[in-house]
Amino acid sequence: MSFFIKLQKLIAITHIHNIARRYLVVNGFDGALTNLGLLSGFYFHHVANLTLIMTACLGAAIALGMSGFSSAYVSEAAERKLEFKKLQDAMVTDISGSSHDKASRWMPLFIGAVNGLSPLIISLLTLTPLWMAEHGIVLFINPLILAMIVAFFIIFLLGVFLSNVSGSFWLFSGLQTLIIAGFTFLLIYLIS
Amino acid sequence: MIHVKRLILDVLKPHHPDVLEFAKTIAALALGYQVNLTVKEIDDKTETLELIVEGPNVDRKLIEAAIKEMGGSVHSLDGVEVINIAEKGH
Repeated sequence: MSFFIKLQKLIAITHIHNIARRYLVVNGFDGALTNLGLLSGFYFHHVANLTLIMTACLGAAIALGMSGFSSAYVSEAAERKLEFKKLQDAMVTDISGSSHDKASRWMPLFIGAVNGLSPLIISLLTLTPLWMAEHGIVLFINPLILAMIVAFFIIFLLGVFLSNVSGSFWLFSGLQTLIIAGFTFLLIYLIS
Repeated sequence: MIHVKRLILDVLKPHHPDVLEFAKTIAALALGYQVNLTVKEIDDKTETLELIVEGPNVDRKLIEAAIKEMGGSVHSLDGVEVINIAEKGH
């Protein structure tokens, strides 16, 4: 059985896809908004050193990724352990080695990976214009502004993704998250 | 040669995988397996099933291993149907 089929089976048994989806959006939003905050801070203070900006943003992305992975792993491992113990008691027999046992060990890692990788990947995506400019690719606008546009766009897309979950109108949901990002941007502008 | 044609098992299993997935997994064990599954009782975390497996030569150990892998356990063997088939060449 391939790795993905096994993973799919364990996800189905634990019904963990809802939690994974929530973590993907919550921490992905964290990643995009944190980077937007950093980028706009640099922009308002006219920082032009792209290496410095990228290092700061990457540092924040790695920290968010590590924090996301470890916090989700620790809490999910405790939850799964408790669930498995309850099931074991209800079954009145040893179910170690079963898919439930495997799920209780592997699903915390999966959830941790989702929670850790979503802010990391989203942050890396927002930094793409800076990376392109660093490598001599000519952009039609200031790479810092383009990186902020990418961050706004990803935040909008996260809202659209949420509309698929709730069944609400995609544009309304996307605009809702975009307003939050806009408000954050405005606050940073005011304190700058 | 004695072949097992039918097994009736009393099984306790967690709610997940659900009965459809559970029955499909058992049926997928060997070609020709026909699975009949009835839920007898549902508790907070478990359900009791009557599992009937029919086939040209039903392998009890294989079925029990699959049930265990899905987190279930066989409580009792409630019925069997066996047949004596002449071996090839006789």
